[in-house]
Amino acid sequence: MKPRHKRIAIIAGGLAAIGIAAALVLNALDSNIALYVTPSEVAAGKAPKDKAFRIGGMVREGSIKRDGVTVNFVVTDTVKEIPVSYTGILPDLFKEGKGAVVQGKLGTDGRFTASEVLAKHDENYMPPAAKDAVDQAQKAQKTLK
Amino acid sequence: MNNKIINWFKFASPQSFYPLAGRMIPWFWALTAIFTVAGLWISFFVAPTDAQQGEGYRIIFIHVPASWMSMFIYLVLAFWAGLGLALNTRLSGMMAQALAPTGALMAFLSLWTGAFWGKPMWGTWWVWDARLTSELILFFLYIGFIALQAAIDDPRRADKAGAILALVGAVNIPIIYFSVKWWNTLHQGSSVNLAKSSMAQTMLWGMLLMALAFWMYAIAVALTRARAIILERERHTEWIKEVVR
Repeated sequence: MKPRHKRIAIIAGGLAAIGIAAALVLNALDSNIALYVTPSEVAAGKAPKDKAFRIGGMVREGSIKRDGVTVNFVVTDTVKEIPVSYTGILPDLFKEGKGAVVQGKLGTDGRFTASEVLAKHDENYMPPAAKDAVDQAQKAQKTLK
Repeated sequence: MNNKIINWFKFASPQSFYPLAGRMIPWFWALTAIFTVAGLWISFFVAPTDAQQGEGYRIIFIHVPASWMSMFIYLVLAFWAGLGLALNTRLSGMMAQALAPTGALMAFLSLWTGAFWGKPMWGTWWVWDARLTSELILFFLYIGFIALQAAIDDPRRADKAGAILALVGAVNIPIIYFSVKWWNTLHQGSSVNLAKSSMAQTMLWGMLLMALAFWMYAIAVALTRARAIILERERHTEWIKEVVR
């Protein structure tokens, strides 16, 4: 074995070892790296108690109700739902049927009081005309059903 | 077979690489100019307004190429670093050193433009989600690499120390790339992959052209910097004295 080959082997071995170590660490940290929990995870008791945390999901269609500067809406992951109240300015992309991440505390009555609301954008980029076409197609499909 | 190996090592010597790089640099600058003009034109005049984000989405024409390049340059840097450790070639360390500032610039641009986009769209400049945090770590890795190399006076030792840092840090690249798949993040999933893209055609073209422009720019700048590093490190040799005279 030439010294050059030995060094290559050491580098490859070292990289593999670091990679495995990183994978194990990240695996162990899994739930702590996640930015938010889903409503289902909250229902399963996975949310931290007496501590502010974030819930992520869709804003349910037709659930936004404004009461002065306070906004009430429902965050859902299509299985479980959590009602949320928030007082403050909402981001532009906050819309019904779109993703949102809310930070705050869960009250004993099951209502989540948010101190911060973030809109979660999806990976779709399209012009308005194409968006209309997609919406029309979805509507048509719904009526067919 | 033997001939090929000898040829490769010929270009690994700073003396033959220096003039070669000098001849290549103008071409890469020309390509940068062409792709930048075409990319910016499509980005601002051809690509349609986004249905949800309005005009604000156009920041992706800088943000996405900068993010891609920040990761890609790191992989190239780590490749040169590993090659330098394994084969003990002088040029490898110089290439790694030449790439680092451009990579750091790309990582910074990615974070900065991302913050500008995040404020109006998400409602926050910054959030500690896995994608943003790992990209910030990448920026620190570049800064750390530059600082470590600069802190050691002997360039060969500096190369070795930097190379080990670069190789260890390479673990971060797949973490950045897959972070949006592995964990819940505020950052959206990738819009473009080899199979399909969830993006209008012209938007995609604008982004790809801008990515090519950034790529060509990175090569041109890295080669220019590599030449400067060669001049500095090999200044005691006869051939440099010939070049400079």
